[in-house]
Amino acid sequence: MNEPLTNAYYELLEEIQAVDFVLCELTLYLDTHPWDNEAVQQFNHHAHQSRQLKKQYEKQYGPLFQYGMSYSGYPWNWKEAPWPWQV
Amino acid sequence: MWYYEKKLQYPVRVRECNPRLAKFLIEQYGGADGELAAALRYLNQRYSIPDKVIGLLTDIGTEEFAHLEMIATMVYKLTKDATPEQMKEAGLGAHYVNHDNALFYENASGTPWTASYIQAKGDPIADIYEDIAAEEKARATYQWIINMSDDPELNDGLKYLREREVVHSQRFREAAEILKEERGKKVFF
Repeated sequence: MNEPLTNAYYELLEEIQAVDFVLCELTLYLDTHPWDNEAVQQFNHHAHQSRQLKKQYEKQYGPLFQYGMSYSGYPWNWKEAPWPWQV
Repeated sequence: MWYYEKKLQYPVRVRECNPRLAKFLIEQYGGADGELAAALRYLNQRYSIPDKVIGLLTDIGTEEFAHLEMIATMVYKLTKDATPEQMKEAGLGAHYVNHDNALFYENASGTPWTASYIQAKGDPIADIYEDIAAEEKARATYQWIINMSDDPELNDGLKYLREREVVHSQRFREAAEILKEERGKKVFF
């Protein structure tokens, strides 16, 4: 990516990290509490929210995933967003 | 199959170039109780563990790779601008001679990672208790590194990782109870 990263980039990234943290916690919790219906509902709610946020991120900064989990622009734009250790 | 996601699990910030801290942090990269050992231990044990805890080993093992990337990011940021002289002063002279400023799977005293750090006994209780112990050792190691660190921004990331060890230990303790219950149900002829 050629443009310098803005505050908006970091804010959106942190929003994704926050939602994905909820999903991570719920994943491990549900692995040992599979019958907690409320937790399953929370999981599905946040999974939806995470997808919406990532759609927005990818539109602005490029793909988060490879192997077909994200769409590509032209030319191939895997390198568009900075690598995680570079921000 | 695994998918890589181009983001860190939690933001990593460091205040300044600090190879001395990087030397300590390497313990959690390629040390006995580090993130690489954790990921490889759980993902290898899961094939022979009872079905009820395969999901947990898969998911915690996967999260460990996200932690490995966070540690790598910390080490990278702390050393990328270090001169050979600074590396030497930080006790990383031998590392520099061997690897320049590249990362390597070794512990804080430079011993390369080895599979003898981890075990797979095939006995579910033995394996899950090893995993609980591993999480507690990793939690303690994070605390010792935090005690040695003078970078508050780095410590924020380290405290996050320390808390993840606490949660993993808790989930493994629950898995131990699930395994004991399963074992009780088995009918022997």
